[in-house]
Amino acid sequence: MARITASVYTSHVPAIGAALDLGKSGEPYWQKVFAGYEFGNRWLQAQKPDVVFLVFNDHATAFSLDMIPTFAIGTAAQYQPADEGYGARPVPVVQGHPELASHIAQSVIQEDFDLTIVNRMDVDHGLTVPLSLMCGARDPKTESWPFKVIPFAVNVVQYPVPSGRRCFALGQAIRRAVESFDEDLNVQIWGTGGMSHQLQGPRAGLINREWDNHFLDRLIDDPAGLSQVPHIEYVREAGSEGIELVMWLIARGAMADVAGGPKPRVAQRFYHVPASNTAVGHLILED
Amino acid sequence: MALHKPYLDVPGTTIFDAEQSRKGYHLNQFCMSLMKADNRQAFLADPRAYLDQWPMTEAQKQAVLARDLNRCIAEGGNIYFLAKIGATYGKSFQQMAGSMTGMTEEEYRDMMIAGGRSVEGNRHLGEDGSAQPHRQPQGSSTTTGF
Repeated sequence: MARITASVYTSHVPAIGAALDLGKSGEPYWQKVFAGYEFGNRWLQAQKPDVVFLVFNDHATAFSLDMIPTFAIGTAAQYQPADEGYGARPVPVVQGHPELASHIAQSVIQEDFDLTIVNRMDVDHGLTVPLSLMCGARDPKTESWPFKVIPFAVNVVQYPVPSGRRCFALGQAIRRAVESFDEDLNVQIWGTGGMSHQLQGPRAGLINREWDNHFLDRLIDDPAGLSQVPHIEYVREAGSEGIELVMWLIARGAMADVAGGPKPRVAQRFYHVPASNTAVGHLILED
Repeated sequence: MALHKPYLDVPGTTIFDAEQSRKGYHLNQFCMSLMKADNRQAFLADPRAYLDQWPMTEAQKQAVLARDLNRCIAEGGNIYFLAKIGATYGKSFQQMAGSMTGMTEEEYRDMMIAGGRSVEGNRHLGEDGSAQPHRQPQGSSTTTGF
């Protein structure tokens, strides 16, 4: 059967993608960011996941104000990198896993989570920057991503976004769905976005190092308690865009300890300020 | 009964809720059109004529023409949509974010490298942090747009 073997958490700052695409990753400013992912690059090569269930948010790219799904699962065979206004990122096309994605959709909807099923979607930096950070730069002409990806988009743009509590419960349902898929697959679940940042208004540039690190502590040791934190605390303490962090609770909810198993092992923990406007956080938890 | 909106007392911050979204629908959809290279060229060639194809309010159009993101947000814009205007002009997200603070590009970048804006005094209206209304504008920028 398919099984979830690890969860990965990372910010998805667009400037990180631009730094890679424009050949700036060796500059001291960016080296401080990429250094935190060198372990993850090696680790991922050794882990060789078949599929990554990648929780991210669309930034007014695939979803305009015409339709705003709270949870959307990609069941397509492939996804093109989007043109967000600068031209599309020069990265490989993302290959999907329609069979597992459809299986998860059916299972999770029957557990009362109302997913939107998406068969055509371009993917923006929210999805491609985590791939670049964990896999390194990839030439779209000669290389591909080393695993299949199930994109899972969460609305964190128009308030109200889903609660941390609901995200945490959804992660638990996703774990059960993966484990009921018959094929032997090594599946990872990634939660992306955050950490503290605000991109708007006179409060732009807000960073809260202490709150972010407390969030990382609790994500590891007390995810159920952390899932009870209300939206307003994210906005007040971590900035209006820091609310993306609720997505990390979906990945955390899919780990074995939440289902009564042993605690995950912390394989990597990294925190750095800044990348552009944002605090970068990164964790790897192994089951 | 009024909706509960505890986020209205966060200084220097506009939460993009259903009310803002309704107000900004056409402004934000105009921004979405800039995801196509042909449309970006048409907008740059004649911004006013391009905007006039959209059923936006005059205040929304003026805010876009002034490249004033604070005014765009007040008129219902959301930063992820508005970022496509900045992208069309070749601006980075950091340049756009900084333009809303009154700081120059250099002042804002230096603040970020020094660890970012502190949350102290910036949690609730009525405190004395850098994002409070009585502390605006914050830097020495002489322009309000990006």
